[in-house]
Amino acid sequence: MIRTVQQLALRLLPQVIALAIVLAMIAAVFPGFFSFSFQNGRLYGSIIDILNRGAPVALLAIGMTVVIATKGIDLSVGAVMAICGAVAAASATHGNPLVVTLALALATGIVCGIWNGFLVAVLDIQPIIATLVLMVAGRGIAQLVTEGAILTFNDEGLIFIGGGAFGGLPMPVVIWIVFGIAITALVRRTALGMLIEAIGINRRASTLSGIQTPVLLIAAYTLSGLCAAIAGVIAAADIRGADANNAGLWLELDAILAVVVGGTSLLGGRFSIAASLLGAMIIQAINTGILLSGFPPEFNLIIKAVIIVVILVVQSPKIRTISSFFARPARQNGGER
Amino acid sequence: MKFVNALASATVLAACFLSPVNAADLTVGFSQIGSESGWRAAETTLTKQQAEKRGIDLKFADAQQKQENQIKALRSFIAQGVDAILVAPVVATGWDEVLQEAKDAEIPVILLDRTVDSKDDLYMTAVTSDLVHEGNVAGKWLVDTVAGKPCNVVELQGTTGSSPAIDRKKGFEEALAGKDNLKIIRSQTGDFTRTKGKEVMESFLKAEDGGKNICALYAHNDDMAVGAIQAIKEAGLKPGTDILVVSIDAVPDIFQAMAAGEANATVELTPNMAGPAFDALEAFRKDGTLPKKWIQTESKLYTQADDPKKVYEEKKGLGY
Amino acid sequence: MQADPDIILAATGICKSFPGARALDTIDFTLRRGEVHALLGENGAGKSTLIKCLTGAYHRDEGTILLDNSAVDPRNTLDAQNMGIGTVYQEVNLLPNLTIAENIYLNRQPRRFGFTATGVMNRMAADLLSQYGLDLDVTAALGSCSVAVQQVVAIARAVDLSGKVLILDEPTASLDAQEVEMLFRIVRQLKARGLGIVFITHFLEQVYAVSDRITVLRNGRLVGVRDTAALPRKDLVAMMLGRELETEVEAGAKRNDAAGKVRYRFSGYGKGGKIEPFDMEVREGEVIGIAGLLGSGRTETAEVLFGAVRADKGTAEIDGQAVTLNSPRAAIRHGFGFCPEDRKIDGIVGDLSVRENIVLALQARRGWSRPLSRAEQDRLADRYIKALDIRTSDREKPIRLLSGGNQQKAILGRWLATDPNFMILDEPTRGIDVGAHAEIIRLIEELCAKGMSLVVISSELEELVVYSSRVVVLRDRRHVAELSGDEITTSHIVNAIASAESPAS
Repeated sequence: MIRTVQQLALRLLPQVIALAIVLAMIAAVFPGFFSFSFQNGRLYGSIIDILNRGAPVALLAIGMTVVIATKGIDLSVGAVMAICGAVAAASATHGNPLVVTLALALATGIVCGIWNGFLVAVLDIQPIIATLVLMVAGRGIAQLVTEGAILTFNDEGLIFIGGGAFGGLPMPVVIWIVFGIAITALVRRTALGMLIEAIGINRRASTLSGIQTPVLLIAAYTLSGLCAAIAGVIAAADIRGADANNAGLWLELDAILAVVVGGTSLLGGRFSIAASLLGAMIIQAINTGILLSGFPPEFNLIIKAVIIVVILVVQSPKIRTISSFFARPARQNGGER
Repeated sequence: MKFVNALASATVLAACFLSPVNAADLTVGFSQIGSESGWRAAETTLTKQQAEKRGIDLKFADAQQKQENQIKALRSFIAQGVDAILVAPVVATGWDEVLQEAKDAEIPVILLDRTVDSKDDLYMTAVTSDLVHEGNVAGKWLVDTVAGKPCNVVELQGTTGSSPAIDRKKGFEEALAGKDNLKIIRSQTGDFTRTKGKEVMESFLKAEDGGKNICALYAHNDDMAVGAIQAIKEAGLKPGTDILVVSIDAVPDIFQAMAAGEANATVELTPNMAGPAFDALEAFRKDGTLPKKWIQTESKLYTQADDPKKVYEEKKGLGY
Repeated sequence: MQADPDIILAATGICKSFPGARALDTIDFTLRRGEVHALLGENGAGKSTLIKCLTGAYHRDEGTILLDNSAVDPRNTLDAQNMGIGTVYQEVNLLPNLTIAENIYLNRQPRRFGFTATGVMNRMAADLLSQYGLDLDVTAALGSCSVAVQQVVAIARAVDLSGKVLILDEPTASLDAQEVEMLFRIVRQLKARGLGIVFITHFLEQVYAVSDRITVLRNGRLVGVRDTAALPRKDLVAMMLGRELETEVEAGAKRNDAAGKVRYRFSGYGKGGKIEPFDMEVREGEVIGIAGLLGSGRTETAEVLFGAVRADKGTAEIDGQAVTLNSPRAAIRHGFGFCPEDRKIDGIVGDLSVRENIVLALQARRGWSRPLSRAEQDRLADRYIKALDIRTSDREKPIRLLSGGNQQKAILGRWLATDPNFMILDEPTRGIDVGAHAEIIRLIEELCAKGMSLVVISSELEELVVYSSRVVVLRDRRHVAELSGDEITTSHIVNAIASAESPAS
């Protein structure tokens, strides 16, 4: 047990360090960064903003991690967010109770995920192509639902999911943390995690060992669809409207980036949801930091790119090999993986 | 072709002589870009409404964002011998040939909302809004409203590098020039979206002492303003009172916010481009008056005093 | 040897090692002008390693290569090509989207004013191919031609480029009989022009049809060089499979005594295009050995039995009950286990630890929702690491870091952990060191003694003789003979394979 805790700490160390450095950099340009206050029944401060604004990418990253662990990728999550947000908004404006609205939105995400999983696992289409289908078509579907306009709603329950607070934390933060813990527990307390890793590393050997490869692949994409649905509902609830054109736009790339910054290989296999969540927070911290810094917007993307390149370079195996050469030999024993 | 041309000009002439300007005889073709935004949908709705009101027979063609579809539609309008053509061009270049064909057929063409790079004798007039002017109107309102009191302004820009973002910023800055009491303290892009508008406003509030430093918000479109209003509320401040909110576009949702006292002013980018176009057309047919080459639509300022609830109800049905 | 002007290529004392394995051990190989020289051996014998050393794809550790009596040292295949050694592989590695002419003259197009002179090139290509008796539209895309034509185009390009030595690496694997004949006509023609041709195949009749001499490799060592005409098929098979036929291994005395009732019965079982329908009965506590040359349908038999390839004919019964084995999962539910031939591709899950690899099949059978606790996993892993003597510093070490033999034992452990009744082992002893080899044979005997039924595929005939109670011999994807009792000797097996190959010899 102690050993597993140590392993986990070691696994998350690079991400924790990267996050700490990013936060320290922001604090350097913006001194009030760590200040907190409590108002309107919720915590209020830049750190909370990072946790809150990072919610959609964090949720997407949970599903994306599992999909990437199977040696797949899900490009459709941004579009699925838009669809599910649109469904939620349409249902709310239709006057459905919150439970029905949420059920419809989440079911939509699950259906999208099953579709992706079906293409990948049963028809054996390459994941990048299979999910591209929905990535392209998804926004069109969302626009059909919203009829091209921003569909606004006033359902207090739905709005609470985006803007409410629970125990002083904004609801989106509560949702992604709880969901992240739940999914981590699900994959690590059961054998799912190991079986998914096995599929990602060697699909054929896994099938020959009796693993139900297609079922688990579909499950992975379904989880990703569900995560996108929750993220979509949060994004819509946040602005009290479903914006089919812009909701979740490019977030699939941020989610993939979060997984990569979290140290899970795009080639599949070993994964860590916690590390991906840290990755999502690193990305959001950079975004928020740029906004707080007051640089002209023309610099936004360049600053973000430079910081991420630095993080990825520092994490790359080559650099690790070089640094472990300089580090004490003791690190070489436990430092890998 | 000759025959059609002759027929077409004969029709034009006949119309001129026979009618004491009875627009009911008018047939106008309208080539719309598509329906990519709420504003575009509203423009289509209003054009149809205006035509109906004036008894004009409107032939509508949706180009689905493709110039080739628009050129096809224009050729078909010419072949049908319509009396005039309205076109909202999807791109600026590549129109010379088809515009020349229309000219040869003596069919006046009026550009809506956007212009083209062709010689200006190929079309009758262009009805567009002035983006710089819009920013200017918003800026003037703010200057007048604060009336000399010191005021720190934060700005939510449109998508970096887009022409609305550049021009609306320029017009606003021009209006503020020389007014030392007004200062733009922060300016960041919100990508014209609600989500980013809200997120960026949150960071402005954090960065400026919880918002106590901010006296006014200028957003390049209403959607960002709507997002920012939520951020201001969540920060425990009153938008419209603690922080003045002025934005551009005049979409229905901002009128709801104005009715609730949460937004102060918006500058209309009118979707009614067809109204002035039809006016010009009718004037031309009545006595041959050629309009100016550019008809600038009114950038009307709406404030809380303009019965925002009523405007909201009016605009709601337009398809925004 | 250097004086012999007939010899175009002479490789002497070639050695090549990979981490943990000696792939080539002082191999000598000579090729004469105007000769077709067959290079034979089972998988892992070292044929392709030798070819790669000759063509510069690998750098040899030791040895010399003389081409036209001067020492050469090709650094890569391009280098070898320019020296005169051209290679054509089973999968034609040309560009299917270019035309035939473009493929032939790729990178050396005739030019005029710096531009490709397409007309000249097409004419040259058509002339070149007409020498091979082919009248083709050289402007057609290569991909639109049959594989045989693509082979010929590849050969034409290689000969035109190199012109001294032509290496054909399993060129006939995907050709039909007529196409093979066309290819052989071209090979004979090239031979008449004085080229030295190295021919790799596992079809023995083709060896006899076209080759002049044969070199046989086995486990990285040279077994021998013979004139084709003077080598009976039986002896060739023996060279490839067995060691000396004289060292007959005595079978275990207990054979047949231990075998109980028939538990598994497969009737008319087969899969179109993979393996012809066969009958097989497996008793409790017996080992069925499967022998045959590479490509004879050995692995296909294993895969059909395990459900990895779904049988489309016949029925399977366990203890008299009909069962459907349409997936590995179904087979595992009935207590089957399968150690595949290609450990790296089909067996190990490289980045997972030894522990996880051992518990994988058991966990898969239990389902994801009933995880084995970490303590149980540790116990199972430790148990099989100890029982099978898997050499690893730590059960948490990724399995890809283990040696081949230890990986094989871990996969055996994976299946033993599921407590199977029926195990299919495909080449369980290939590519592992001598110590591990003996342990695995001991293990097979132990399992058999405990009442497990096994089907073991091996190209090590002595091995089969030791533990099999019956041996099924395969040829051309067909079960052609079954030996039992005293019939099970290496010479009988070799005879069965060879006589089946051709009744004439």
